[in-house]
Amino acid sequence: MATFEPVLSRNWNVPDARTLKVYESRGGYQAARKALTTMDPDAVVAVVKDSELRGRGGAGFPCGLKWTFLPKGRTETLMCVNGDESEPATFNNRYLMELDPHMFLEGILISCFATRAATAYVYLRYEYINAYKILETAIAEARAAGHLGKNVYGTGFDLDVWLHRGAGAYICGEETGLIESLEGKRAWPRIKPPFFPAVDGAFHKPTVVNNIETLCCVPHVIERGADWFKSIGVPKSYGPKLYTVSGHVEKQVCVELPMGVTTRELIDVHGGGVWKGRKAKAAVPGGISMGLLTADEFDVPLDFESIRKTGCLGLGTAAVTVLDDQTSIVDYLHNTCRFFSHESCGQCTPCREGTNWFDRTIRRFKRGGGRIEDLDVMLHMAENMGIIPGTTICGLADGAAWPIKNAIAKFRGELEDYIKTHQTPGAGPTKLQRDIIAGQVVDLAAIRNAVPAPPPPAAALHSPGRPPA
Amino acid sequence: MPAEAPSQSQPSRKAAMLTESMREKIRAFFPRYPTKRAVTLPALHIVHEHYRCVPLRAMHEIAELLEIAPAEVHDTMSFYGFFPQAPLGDVRVWVCRSISCMLRGGDELLGHACDKLGVKPGETTPDGKLTVEFAECLGICDHAPAALADDGRVFGPLDEAGVDAMLEELKRGRKDDEGPHV
Ligand SMILES: Cc1cc2nc3c(=O)[nH]c(=O)nc-3n(C[C@H](O)[C@H](O)[C@H](O)COP(=O)(O)O)c2cc1C
Ligand code: SF4
Ligand code: FES
Repeated sequence: MATFEPVLSRNWNVPDARTLKVYESRGGYQAARKALTTMDPDAVVAVVKDSELRGRGGAGFPCGLKWTFLPKGRTETLMCVNGDESEPATFNNRYLMELDPHMFLEGILISCFATRAATAYVYLRYEYINAYKILETAIAEARAAGHLGKNVYGTGFDLDVWLHRGAGAYICGEETGLIESLEGKRAWPRIKPPFFPAVDGAFHKPTVVNNIETLCCVPHVIERGADWFKSIGVPKSYGPKLYTVSGHVEKQVCVELPMGVTTRELIDVHGGGVWKGRKAKAAVPGGISMGLLTADEFDVPLDFESIRKTGCLGLGTAAVTVLDDQTSIVDYLHNTCRFFSHESCGQCTPCREGTNWFDRTIRRFKRGGGRIEDLDVMLHMAENMGIIPGTTICGLADGAAWPIKNAIAKFRGELEDYIKTHQTPGAGPTKLQRDIIAGQVVDLAAIRNAVPAPPPPAAALHSPGRPPA
Repeated sequence: MPAEAPSQSQPSRKAAMLTESMREKIRAFFPRYPTKRAVTLPALHIVHEHYRCVPLRAMHEIAELLEIAPAEVHDTMSFYGFFPQAPLGDVRVWVCRSISCMLRGGDELLGHACDKLGVKPGETTPDGKLTVEFAECLGICDHAPAALADDGRVFGPLDEAGVDAMLEELKRGRKDDEGPHV
């Protein structure tokens, strides 16, 4: 492969690259001028479609194809830019906004022109306080210079860009949750169908929802063409990608690389190796929703397709978190379960109850009351919640299930050992629970009057040395 | 609400919580959206910025301004764990407990910060200077274990000494005008 030339991050080390003046001096807004003044909107859509640019927000849906779902003959289109970036360990959108806000605005401009959207809302998570300030300044500059506003470049195309700040809820990143939140409601994801955003989105108007990094790729696709884009990366996953590496590495970084690098390269070359000279035990491939890779799987390319072969959910946000060999998988699960039970919007029963039950179960493990059979119950639950089994409205539940599925599939031995070696008297199941497990008839009247059962012996159920039932 | 409800349950105009300048700021958002309801979050943020909380009375007045039911504002407001009903400290600081921070000691550092200040997560110091909360990933994992103040200051990678220094610094007050941190 030819040497890779970073484009998304090309201005990051340039002094004052945030200012319009410097951005323009480096060829900024030329792609937008080219698109608006020499191309038809449909031609822009066609180029993006040909580039096979896939959405960087998590699902990897082809961007150009999504744009073609907008109804023909519509009178209005809205663009919602997904700047909620809340997937744990993900921070590449923040770099794009803080370090090169005009490239982002140029991406919005071209994409709105292509989809004929005259209004773009950037849904920005509240915690991105600095990004908010930087974007406010950049939007004002761009507007004053005629890159935004009425009659951009004299083409008759109008565009307003508004920042809309969130209020600290992960679920606002789900595209229909985002739309509901934008409308001033609680961020409850919508049931699809019937509401596909492209047809019936924000304020019941045709709406495009795209991730920030996706839109940042667009100016480069227009400037250099679809073939250039497809010359980078691996089949079905083209173009440059911002990978973030954090956790147990020496250097926590955000780097631009061709799509399809390996976890090993990210850790060893860009992350400075595992911290404290230790070895890695596992890594999260793309935000915690995507599951877990063992150290043996570090040579699998991180692209949309290959990563699935490891049993992970997908590439997600390409946010790699490294776990060293002293990390307990129970602590990892404790963290993921706590996150999802905190962030479930509560709309679907399997997700609301399931995430909470996972969280309580793992906490019971940590208190010393885990049982080997809990693992199978967890696995069963995990396999039955989410949009993949078809029991919930949005993908948060799949994201909650995947760490559990992967951890049990890949680290079952360690989990069993943990349970066996962490038994605390009194932390196990209650008498009632044990009676139910044993299939005994439970006398409800007796339970109501019963004094609390004495703590079960430390050797309850499957603890070491207990003869099999 | 029944028609004969006593009049004092209606927010009285005279002692309005939303000042005219806040109302102006809220109204300025109207042209951006096809509905007034979409201004709910911006309005809540404006009130929150002013009072460091969103009292129930202010919520009623927002509803009036947006021409929606108070219950609709409350529904939205309560969904996001962001808007307290009683004022926060001068500075609100979020300590991250998500994966990358947790792996590097985030949970322990939150505990340390709370011990140091004698508060529990979510509480405000008695002098009203600091509110410490846990947060899920703040998107500053390159600083993990990290914390974020609500004026935009980023702290991390933290250790116990770093937390102590951060708390000292934050007790000196907000720095809203400090430039961006990257
Ligand atoms: C629970 C959940 C959270 C999500 N969070 C984000 C997010 O923070 N940022 C984002 O861009 N996409 C997020 N997504 C994906 C969006 O729903 C949507 O697919 C994406 O914004 C589309 O943009 P793209 O096609 O450009 O990737 C999330 C999805 C789910 C199910
Ligand atoms: S899956 Fe979970 S987060 Fe998604 S809509 Fe259902 S309850 Fe809400
Ligand atoms: S995990 Fe703590 S800031 Fe992202």
